[in-house]
Amino acid sequence: MNPTPSMASPSPEPPSTRRLVVRLLLVVAAAFAFGWAMVPFYDVLCRVTGLNGKTPGFQAGGLAGAEAASRIDPTRTVTVEFTGTVMPGLPWDMRPLTASVDLHPGELQQVKYLVRNTSDHTIVGQAIPSVSPGQAAQYFHKLDCFCFRQQTLAPGESREMPLTFIVKPEIDRDIRQITLSYAFFNIEEPRREAR
Amino acid sequence: MDIATRHPAEQHAAHPAGLLRWLTTTNHKEIGTLYLSFSLVMFFVGGLMILAVRAELFQPGLQLMRPELFNQLIGVHALVMIFAALMPAATGFANWMIPLMIGAPDMALPRLNNWGFWLLPPAALLLTMPFVLAFFGVGSGAIDTGWTFYAPLSIQGGMGIDFAIFAVHLLGISSIMGSINIIATIFNLRAPGMTLMKMPLFAWGWLITAFLLIATIPVLAGAVTMLLTDRHFGTHFFKAAGGGDPILFQHLFWFFGHPEVYILLLPVWGLIPHILSAFTRKPIYGYKAQVWSFVAIGVLSVIVWAHHFFTAGMPVPALIYFMFSTMSISLPLAVLFFCWIATMWRGSMSFETPMLFAVGFIVLFGIAGLTGLVLADVAADAQYHHSYFVVAHFHYALFAGGIMGVMAGVYYWLPKWTGRMYSETLGKWHFWLTVVSFNLTFMPQFFLGLAGMPRRIPDYALQFAEFNAISTVGAFILGLSQLLFAWNVVQCMRGSGQRAESRVWEGAQGLEWELPSPPPHHTWEVQPEVK
Repeated sequence: MNPTPSMASPSPEPPSTRRLVVRLLLVVAAAFAFGWAMVPFYDVLCRVTGLNGKTPGFQAGGLAGAEAASRIDPTRTVTVEFTGTVMPGLPWDMRPLTASVDLHPGELQQVKYLVRNTSDHTIVGQAIPSVSPGQAAQYFHKLDCFCFRQQTLAPGESREMPLTFIVKPEIDRDIRQITLSYAFFNIEEPRREAR
Repeated sequence: MDIATRHPAEQHAAHPAGLLRWLTTTNHKEIGTLYLSFSLVMFFVGGLMILAVRAELFQPGLQLMRPELFNQLIGVHALVMIFAALMPAATGFANWMIPLMIGAPDMALPRLNNWGFWLLPPAALLLTMPFVLAFFGVGSGAIDTGWTFYAPLSIQGGMGIDFAIFAVHLLGISSIMGSINIIATIFNLRAPGMTLMKMPLFAWGWLITAFLLIATIPVLAGAVTMLLTDRHFGTHFFKAAGGGDPILFQHLFWFFGHPEVYILLLPVWGLIPHILSAFTRKPIYGYKAQVWSFVAIGVLSVIVWAHHFFTAGMPVPALIYFMFSTMSISLPLAVLFFCWIATMWRGSMSFETPMLFAVGFIVLFGIAGLTGLVLADVAADAQYHHSYFVVAHFHYALFAGGIMGVMAGVYYWLPKWTGRMYSETLGKWHFWLTVVSFNLTFMPQFFLGLAGMPRRIPDYALQFAEFNAISTVGAFILGLSQLLFAWNVVQCMRGSGQRAESRVWEGAQGLEWELPSPPPHHTWEVQPEVK
């Protein structure tokens, strides 16, 4: 760039203005990038802190769970309640076969949900878990869960879907009741109809 | 060749006339006029929408419209008022006044300025067109999620949401262009001798606003782009089914949305001290304190966003943090209030229309601030959130604090812009009708909210009927009295009324009053020396 613009120069802005504008545009780009960076950052933050009741995923399950199982804390009891919702667009029924269990932290437990496809076609669904209170989420370890995989149900088929979990003994002593909720979503989303 | 010594005046012989002149203008005064006129038109468009809503709410039950249309009207009303009325009004002020007040010949980037304005009408069209399309049977109408676009509702809605997303993109680009231009103008084109700490407060208010805009509008642009890809390209940013999180949208939206409140208000806080000083015939009290309050509020505004969704579910330490950081904004704000009052203290006050609006602004905006403290309280917010208490609170902030402040500025500078005095009688009528009917409209809404009436619902329980009826009557008086304002402004623009002197108000301070009224097409081609 010519530092001394000639009389015929089509851009009359002095170089200092040009430099300032470039810097301000960089701020705009950084702010835009910050917005997108919030997506993975927020996900990590939620998993670490249990914000929004997000439970640690599949990877964290196995080893930590097996290790925790050797340290059962028989001095206290935690009630775990189970519930489930089928989201709009998924013609399924779901209910937990066990409404709630009382357990000692560290104990291995298995419960089942009964899920039935009430429609006349095969559908793939995905369950998304949420734990409340949120502070309990990071101590709620699922060793095996139907939510780790997509589930395919044939027309009219019903299936018992198991969940194996441990509540880690490090859980806060104030927490005596935990609710695990599943939301089942239709993965093959139908084309949105123009309303 | 220096900007200050260029004489583009000769080119005006070939300047296009009529519509083409306005389409291609790069003059800061003409672009300022375009912004302000656009803002006035959209103010009435947004007002008509909400009058339809208030008419529906006059009685319990559904009388005039389906709930779908009701939902669309409240959302588009908010988007129009925020993005197409209040923000362009502030940008119009900046275009007209910042070069005049800091002794600059024009904005630093005149062609960008032209673009910044001409993106607005297409955006306004995008926002409102779905109403028309739905009338002809195309689509389901405009955006019906409220102005906040909350996912997952906004992922499921009709094509009005796509229109709104693209409108927000255009409006955002326009704001960013305007902000870059204002920062460049303030940093590079101040008159010799005008240091930053001698700069008029209005320019300071806008400088902070411009930085907030370029830091937060891109985040909103990112958020609505994610929404768009969730809707049409199978991504799962906000869809829980694919591992996304709807609450993330609220974080992204309000990271923009809270600073937006100060984006709307800082230009007004900048212009109010000038008016107070002029009509009390005293210098501005606490100039430095006000500048640093602006800076403090600008910084604080980007770290308090989550108080907009306390009830969405957050760990207690986060609630406590957002509560106290929100409340801490009241400290610099209190400094501003005390400076405004101290400016008036023992002044030789006279109450022309701009001063009436400025004093009305202080009182009513004070109510907005105090009720805001109530809402910032986590424990109280659990009851008040999403109720009419919130609606009343932010209308005290954005109508009394925003629109009435803008009107104070319009009355103050209109004689400078047009060279004509407005009708003082009509101006006073306008003020008193506005201030009485505004309180008639929104004071009952505080009580409705305390009694538990939820916002954004077209029907309500019988116990809320009286207050809603009062509110609707107030809203119609408020809407109709704004016609006086439009009439007063248009009369000045058409050149009727008494001629204005260059120093319109005897107590007015600042470089803009050194220029004739109206100022010639090009001003400060030789920059003034500030001592």
